[in-house]
Amino acid sequence: MTLSLSKDTIQVLKEQDVVFLKNRVKETAVKIKMGLVNQTRLLTACSELVRNMMRYADGGVCIIEVVSSGRNNGVRLTFSDRGPGIADIQAAMRDGFSTGKSLGLGLPGTKRLVNEFEIKSKVGEGTVVTILKWANG
Amino acid sequence: MDKIPILRMGAYLLVTIQVDLYDRLALNLEADLVQMVNKTSAKGVLIDISAVSIVDSFMGRIIGNIASMSKILDAETVVVGMQPAVAITLIELGLPLKGVHTALDMEKGMNLLKSMIDSTEDDADEDQTADDLITE
Repeated sequence: MTLSLSKDTIQVLKEQDVVFLKNRVKETAVKIKMGLVNQTRLLTACSELVRNMMRYADGGVCIIEVVSSGRNNGVRLTFSDRGPGIADIQAAMRDGFSTGKSLGLGLPGTKRLVNEFEIKSKVGEGTVVTILKWANG
Repeated sequence: MDKIPILRMGAYLLVTIQVDLYDRLALNLEADLVQMVNKTSAKGVLIDISAVSIVDSFMGRIIGNIASMSKILDAETVVVGMQPAVAITLIELGLPLKGVHTALDMEKGMNLLKSMIDSTEDDADEDQTADDLITE
């Protein structure tokens, strides 16, 4: 059973918003006493996903939540955009696949950095990516 | 507009990144640095990332690009001071930064650069003597 303790919604439309978002995510991680390595993993994952949102969908919304399950606390981030969507999610999750000019490490790499990863996308409607990182583990 | 300073010291260029990189800043650094290598005909580039707490796939690629671009302009690149947490995330992300020389701190990095540049100069000297022998 995962409970949501706090919820914060941040619009990301410009490059300055990205810096602001990263600072808020870091504050939240520090607040629940997340270790430094996990903080770095979470922030790197956040950085990858927010870049995807900016590049492919001209921005979107990120929801920062503090969640708890038993004794464990964690941070859940939900990135939603109204971009073109991803036609083939399985391909997008493969290392080295990219429709842009990147290395194609963003989505599969992000998945390796967090505890839970979920992606939903509909062509023409947008994409929602949810990640969760526990403070310990 | 933020800009990361590039300092020249003899045949070397020193870059200390004191802020967290964002995409535009990293791209500007790449362009500026390659320009500077060309303008100053630097032999070595030392990049200190000890104050950088996040390197994601984009920044990782920029660091790799800087090293490869400098290489074809005849300059070696050494990245120093990477935080342990950054090393962990880079590998988990799947970005081993192949082809980028690294050292733990500034001093070790400088020594590495010197040794790399000396060895390439030695090779050049040997080629020179070989050529002399042929002409004789």
